[in-house]
Amino acid sequence: MSNSLSERAAIVGIGATEFSKASGRSELQLALEAAKAAIDDAGLEPADVDGMVTFTMESSEEIAVARGLGIPKLTHFSRVHFGGGAACGTVQQAAMAVATGVSKAVICYRGFNERSGRRFGAGRQGRTPDIPAALPTDWYAPFGLVTPAAWVAMFARRYMHEYGATSEDFGRVAVADRRHAATNPKAWFYDRPISLEDHQKSRWIVEPLHLLDCCQESDGAVALLVTSSERARDLRQPPAIIRASAQGSSFEQEMMTSYYRDDISGLDEMGLVGDQLWEMSGLRPDDIRTAVIYDHFTPFVLTQLEELGFCKRGEARHFIADGRIELDGELPLNTHGGQLGEAYIHGMNGIAEGVRQVRGSAVNQVDAVENVLVTAGTGVPTSGLILGRA
Amino acid sequence: MARPPRPTMNLDSSFFWEGVEKHELRIQRCAGCKRLRHPPRPMCPACTSLDWDSIVASGQGEIYSYVVHHHPPVYGFEAPFAVALIELPEGTRIVGNVSGDPTALYVGMPVEVEFVRIDDSWTLPAWRPAAGARDSEATEATEAEA
Repeated sequence: MSNSLSERAAIVGIGATEFSKASGRSELQLALEAAKAAIDDAGLEPADVDGMVTFTMESSEEIAVARGLGIPKLTHFSRVHFGGGAACGTVQQAAMAVATGVSKAVICYRGFNERSGRRFGAGRQGRTPDIPAALPTDWYAPFGLVTPAAWVAMFARRYMHEYGATSEDFGRVAVADRRHAATNPKAWFYDRPISLEDHQKSRWIVEPLHLLDCCQESDGAVALLVTSSERARDLRQPPAIIRASAQGSSFEQEMMTSYYRDDISGLDEMGLVGDQLWEMSGLRPDDIRTAVIYDHFTPFVLTQLEELGFCKRGEARHFIADGRIELDGELPLNTHGGQLGEAYIHGMNGIAEGVRQVRGSAVNQVDAVENVLVTAGTGVPTSGLILGRA
Repeated sequence: MARPPRPTMNLDSSFFWEGVEKHELRIQRCAGCKRLRHPPRPMCPACTSLDWDSIVASGQGEIYSYVVHHHPPVYGFEAPFAVALIELPEGTRIVGNVSGDPTALYVGMPVEVEFVRIDDSWTLPAWRPAAGARDSEATEATEAEA
């Protein structure tokens, strides 16, 4: 173990609301419901929690969640930037806080009405003409490049050109996710699998992305409770030990538009995360039985498999062929249905699934799981985790 | 007609938009190591020099990647419309719209800059197919052969 953070902390509680398109409750209520559920799951009380980490995009402040739960004191509160790239980073913040003794138990949370409220898929619109755009979008918004799907599509087209990948290759990710969601009663797309033909026939959103390449917009919240590995032994659930946690931002990094690197067919920042995860954990891709690979848009699932070393550059389309990433394959991905199938909670529901696979309590449980790799949002500065059995 | 969102300008970026008003595609250049950079920023990532000037690009380029936007509606644009990442022979890339038939675009297509007046007070750079661009039928034939 080259890094003192490895195996020092564990996820001991997970909680979530239902995943819907119209929760009918405030975002703060969603966050509170999820946080309370995570604390209950661990067998702790709100007063045991003394740390909070969330996303900079989160609308519910740490102190609002603490007030709601009646938490008497917080000794660590922090936020991680860059949208869904924050997800695993929140757990790293929590792990660092408990490993250093700054806090004893930290809640990581994310909750939103992202379908019934402000829809992310609309992108950076909503300005009236001639009102200045936010400066980082000056080089994109005047040309109508304003949605997450469009930003990713630009990378995807180049990836297809470089490696000969096709829309059908992207579609295989959607088919796997939806197959897994179909047997997960908590997934929005429960009992609604799709075929590759359905994917190909779905309408264009931004070419080369079809509708079924794009994740959902969801209402809901997820919370995770992190404490020390030592304390985790005495709690209610089998702990998911944090074998490795990492963040990554790379040369010429932009938020979804890192178009000026020599090569844009990869995701340099995810390569950086992967290198750290393997080094910190002492594990290799062969040691991973199942993974949760961030899937806001299907093309980046292929890129991530390459950046993480599961296959070589440009070869993910062959790697994922023949059902390898489906439940009975060698490396089942996104067994909860992913964000395409279960819900889009900015990657936090994927971490919860990683915990369930380690516990052995997933609805689509994979056999003999020792370690699960989980990634966060792609195209942005990002993060990752390797969770394992105690 | 609805207009696209107007870019902001500040001390780092105004040279670019002032160039556009004069129908010049300006690219920031480090005065120390002469490296080009885009989007503009105060410091050279290669040598950390704060001194910079700009060159006027030839206006020629090649499509490095592109998308065709269909949904959701984007204010100021009529779908489908194409947005491309253009590689400039000078050595940087820049995002812009490409006029004409979106289905005729391909990676590697030669394009050239044009300047589109949005209204009396501002202009945007845009791109159109340049000499040597294959037409859409030729594109399909070539891809079918490949």
